Amino acid sequence: MHSLLSILIWLPVVGAVLALMTGGDKNANIARVISCLVAIANLLLCIPLYLGFDSSSYAMQFREDHLWVPAYQIHYALGVDGISLAMIILTNFTGLLVILAGCNAIKIKVSQNMAAFLIMQGMMIGVFAATDAILFYVFWEGMLIPMYLSIGMWGSTNRSYASIKFFLYTFLGSILMLIALLYLYNQTTVFEIQKFYGLKLDLHIQKFLFFAFFLAFAVKVPMFPVHTWLPDAHTEAPSGGSVVLAALMLKLGIYGFLRFTMPIVPEASAELAWIMVLLSLIAIVYIGLIAIVQTDMKKLIAYSSIAHMGFATLGCFMVYEIIRHTGTYRDAYMSLEGAVIQMISHAFGSGAMFLGVGIMADRYFNHSRLIKDYGGLANRMPIFAAFFMLFAMSNVGLPGTAGFVGEFMVIMSAFQAHFWIAFIASSTLILAASYTLWMYKRVFFGPVKSEHVEVMQDINWIEITNYILLAAGVFFLGLYPEPVLNVLHATVGHLLDQSLPAAMGEVK
Amino acid sequence: MNQFIMPIFSVAIPEMFVLSMACIILLVDVFLKERHRIVTYILVQSTLVIAFLITLTQYREYPSPIVTFSGNYVLDKLAVLTKLFVFTVSFFAFIYARNYIKDRNIASGEYFIMGLFAVLGMQVMASAYSFLTIFLGLELNTLPLYTMIAMWKTSRASTEASMKYFVMGALATGLLLYGISLLYGVTGSIEILGISNLMQQAMNQQQLVMVLALVFILAGIIFKFGAVPFHMWVPDVYQGAPTSVTLFISSAPKIAAFAITMRILVEAMPTLTVSWQQVLIAVSILSMFAGNVMAIAQTNIKRMLAYSSIAHIGYTLLGILAGPHSSQGYSAAMFYIATYVIVAAGAFAIIAILSNKEIELDKLDDYRGLNTRNPWLAFMMLLLMFSMAGVPPTVGFFAKLGLLEALVEAHFVWLAALALLFAIIGAYYYLRVVMYMYFEEPKSSVAGAKISMSPGVLAAISVNGIAALILGLLPSGLIDMCRISVA
Repeated sequence: MHSLLSILIWLPVVGAVLALMTGGDKNANIARVISCLVAIANLLLCIPLYLGFDSSSYAMQFREDHLWVPAYQIHYALGVDGISLAMIILTNFTGLLVILAGCNAIKIKVSQNMAAFLIMQGMMIGVFAATDAILFYVFWEGMLIPMYLSIGMWGSTNRSYASIKFFLYTFLGSILMLIALLYLYNQTTVFEIQKFYGLKLDLHIQKFLFFAFFLAFAVKVPMFPVHTWLPDAHTEAPSGGSVVLAALMLKLGIYGFLRFTMPIVPEASAELAWIMVLLSLIAIVYIGLIAIVQTDMKKLIAYSSIAHMGFATLGCFMVYEIIRHTGTYRDAYMSLEGAVIQMISHAFGSGAMFLGVGIMADRYFNHSRLIKDYGGLANRMPIFAAFFMLFAMSNVGLPGTAGFVGEFMVIMSAFQAHFWIAFIASSTLILAASYTLWMYKRVFFGPVKSEHVEVMQDINWIEITNYILLAAGVFFLGLYPEPVLNVLHATVGHLLDQSLPAAMGEVK
Repeated sequence: MNQFIMPIFSVAIPEMFVLSMACIILLVDVFLKERHRIVTYILVQSTLVIAFLITLTQYREYPSPIVTFSGNYVLDKLAVLTKLFVFTVSFFAFIYARNYIKDRNIASGEYFIMGLFAVLGMQVMASAYSFLTIFLGLELNTLPLYTMIAMWKTSRASTEASMKYFVMGALATGLLLYGISLLYGVTGSIEILGISNLMQQAMNQQQLVMVLALVFILAGIIFKFGAVPFHMWVPDVYQGAPTSVTLFISSAPKIAAFAITMRILVEAMPTLTVSWQQVLIAVSILSMFAGNVMAIAQTNIKRMLAYSSIAHIGYTLLGILAGPHSSQGYSAAMFYIATYVIVAAGAFAIIAILSNKEIELDKLDDYRGLNTRNPWLAFMMLLLMFSMAGVPPTVGFFAKLGLLEALVEAHFVWLAALALLFAIIGAYYYLRVVMYMYFEEPKSSVAGAKISMSPGVLAAISVNGIAALILGLLPSGLIDMCRISVA
């Protein structure tokens, strides 16, 4: 099928329009059914995508190319390689979870909620599939509108502040990227991303471009010190919104580093990699420490997300250091793959935990998310407690769960280059364990804290379905990551080739 | 004395048609009873439609530019497309105005006839090829606007706005005329072509006088556009005028003003490019800054949009100043102003629709919970606001993209970065409108009030709002049109 990617992108958007046409909350159930069907259909469409993908090739596949705006040579050009394939499947998987969670939790303006999430899903797939820089940018920014609305409309008390902060922060980040893209366009007269790769730019120009891209992607990841929007956005967003933010939107930043920064400005990346490594380590240690003292569960998970994303950026930019020290590709390769795996595994772990907090807050009488309000929940919600334990363990990075694989790969390869960097990074194993498990202990164990906890019901079948899907993901990636790694191999190898400065490229 | 050459009258057929129709409708209107006023409205609208069709045939008939009426009049792609835009936008503006003025007992017959004269003025501006015709068009455009603002006799704010607009407008006219007279003194010509040729020769001896003339003329133009430092009238007039007139002032005349700017700066004064470029850089930076920053502080949405229009003019000027050094600067500026006009007209139309006989709902507060009261209208406003902020997939994004591309190509990267910085400041207050509409519940005083729209208005605002989205998804057609018109 030649238009499979287009269908994946636009089917949710069409679904959103259909859901909106059901009108007010009288027909809420019709809107729910439509969106669930669309989400399921989209996930099923990933099967032919996966099966049709030739994992031995690094080339873009399922390509589509139409001239969109001739005046500026902008193409509607789509295609997937290994990394974007993995991310698209992840997006569709998470999309279904979020829609299911929304069916259960959202009671007002249901059709608009469903539409917002479906459009977000479509835009996100678009970002991962776009091979034209402006198309990428359109999808990248296009998803801000539904996200802004979903935080603002269904969020909690301080939602207006959080949503505007989220929007302006990310908007600020992306504008410099737009100028960088326009600059590259003036050098090549096309907006095709692949054509940007071969450019031989001066080092100082590369540095400018590096910082322009850095701002855009670092805000999205988010990296220290531009992370402050995330705790606000996460806390105020409805739980579906938090899941999308954590599981998908943060990944866009890393994806941007891999797709734009490293291959387009390799010399500058190699030269400035130390900044990225430093900021990643700060994120891992400092943000990890901040997470420990949080009193709000969502904030805690939000900070833990930042720390985990620190691992992904570390994995990406350690490759230069690794090659410099070891002189071989092998470990750099593992580092980069570890970063991608970390992106995927974090989606399962933190997504599930955000859903969990949503489940708890929905049942608590004043929708509190404060740790101190809970206690002894395991007595009232045993099934939920069991599931939550699993995801908490994945967040900690217990071997056998998804969280372990990526962190292990990144730390292992970092040891080859620099003992102390690896050592500092490893501190996450202790930090993550302390904030996650300490929170778990306070919320779930002990005697039932109050009469409000006393009346809480265990999770229903929709929530169990959600959690079974997520648990499957956690175990699958934790025990048998081979299928995912297989898809990544060729692409990561090629990416590494392109991302190394000419001087380093000769090592092999 | 040159020999008299018979002008090619067919070039000016749309203008002659609109003029005669305006006079005829004025006469017809006198004999109509109050309840038959709709006849005037229909006649005016059909005049616009027919004029549109005539102009459309001209587009095919005259593939290459024609200068006639002794070099005073031109028919080229820029003129034709400007007129087509003007007709379309005015058509929409009149649809939106109809119920609004009826509710407020504004003399509905005269209102539309005045509007038609203003349209005629804009047509003349579009085709003007000497300073005489430019001046003529400008005055024919603005005089009816003063009247239209003052027509709401019971509103003190309107009378004040009209007075303010008139006085300030007269001042601007004075400046412009002074500049023209200086230019005439140096070159001995008032025709665009003549000036362009003579300036090259006079460049060495009388550069100072020419720059002085340029400054005065620019002041006049900037005044008409409403850019900093001659922007003071904009917020007061936009807020005080009846919303239907604000809508009209903020839309069609801007396109016509763009056309005369192109004629004066680009066609008549290419020798002074460096000078006017510097002025425009300062003006656009100040406009973007002042417009966007002041808009944040506003609580009245009409006033907010007035400041936002100052900022948008600043952006448009960016395209013009990048034009000489880039392939698509002028067309990007034209695209920007054309799409801004569509979006602004829609936004003011929504304000007009929400207000009713008793009360003008033009406070930001009044937009609380619009999504609950009328989801469709709120969605249209959402599209228009995001388009003004320049967020894809709305058309505002491609408008900004074109400008930035031209700036980067012209090596004004710093200016592009600055423009985007101001765009972020601007995004805040557009987002705030969305925030009020979507995140909050309606005020108790308006929660129950029904929003009534005639089917025509509903159709018009739907087309208007959806256009902001569709043009954002498929901008090629309009971009190509703009490129053709300034080629």
